[in-house]
Amino acid sequence: MINGEIITSDLERITGIDPDRMTELHNRLTAAAQRDGVLEIAYRTVDSPVGPLLLAATDHGLIRVAYAVEDHDAVLQQLADKVSPRILQAPARLDTVARELDEYFAQARRVFDVPLDWRLAAGFRAAVLHHLPEIGYGQTASYAAVAALAGSPRAVRAVGTACAKNPLPVVVPCHRVVRSDGAMGGYLGGPAAKRLLLDLEAAA
Amino acid sequence: MPATERLLDVKAKPPFETVVRDHGPTVFRVCCAVVGAHDADDAWSETFLAALKAYPELPAEANVEAWLVTIAHHKAIDITRTRTRQPIPTDVVPEPSAPSDVRYFDDLAAAVDGLPPKQKHAVAYHYLAGLPYNEIADILGGTAAAARRAASDGIATLRRTYLGELVEVAAPPRNTGRSPQ
Repeated sequence: MINGEIITSDLERITGIDPDRMTELHNRLTAAAQRDGVLEIAYRTVDSPVGPLLLAATDHGLIRVAYAVEDHDAVLQQLADKVSPRILQAPARLDTVARELDEYFAQARRVFDVPLDWRLAAGFRAAVLHHLPEIGYGQTASYAAVAALAGSPRAVRAVGTACAKNPLPVVVPCHRVVRSDGAMGGYLGGPAAKRLLLDLEAAA
Repeated sequence: MPATERLLDVKAKPPFETVVRDHGPTVFRVCCAVVGAHDADDAWSETFLAALKAYPELPAEANVEAWLVTIAHHKAIDITRTRTRQPIPTDVVPEPSAPSDVRYFDDLAAAVDGLPPKQKHAVAYHYLAGLPYNEIADILGGTAAAARRAASDGIATLRRTYLGELVEVAAPPRNTGRSPQ
């Protein structure tokens, strides 16, 4: 059926879409989804001195910041499983936090004031994370001190877990929590990222 | 049950962005073939907005492409209905083209537009979306055999109207209304 093949290949040729037009349709979709209240999670990535960061936000606020080592595709899948699969790449909702991160990395900002969606942190982990902004810019606190702040002085190990699973790193400053002996301790974005953030804040 | 089967059982539903990226271009082809290039943007946009709304309820093991084509099919019918209503404000279904109306098209898009709806749909869903005939039968109604026949009739019609082929050799003779070459 040679001529049938000519027809189907010509049909594919005349119905194809170029990437620019696809991008336009995608933008139209995100705008319509936002208008109809079904864009449950908007996300984008931004470049930073600690590598590409994934930013995701619901209508309530920023819900996730993720380092590349966390695997951005895996993080988006977790968001689909735990929050909603109605997820689109839609940069506009992340404009403010992207700008604040730029200012932070340029040492022109010390505090983030975007609304946060805490849905991915529950129980004691949430309590720990809520106290982290009390550690000021350029300061550090030990895991034990944070445990005391959160009202459970003996839960030092649980503070370590809460920091390791912080859904909003950089913005919620788990990088300011260090070991009692002065050693830096672990970090979900890797030790180099923690060092860079602490040095950046110390130098400002 | 082996661990691998258990893993397949709890198949995760990907973020909708992945659905758009993986199926957006194919659904666009289908829209373009069914409603024409002029209305394809609208058909595509309405299809994906409706799909986004319904996505949380879609079973994780569903065939996403067949699901999207089904939505596109309904959106295309709405758009076609609105379009044909605009010049002639009646609910009268247009007469299907009689065989004597068959013309030669240089333009494949016009030739596709001239196909009877069922043939056009079957051609688009099978040859552009790659759906098997049983899935197409679910969308169009009728049997898989009828869907297969509609697709092959559609291709046969396009061979005459687009390629201008004489069909005596490959298909039962029909009165094409054109003088033999």
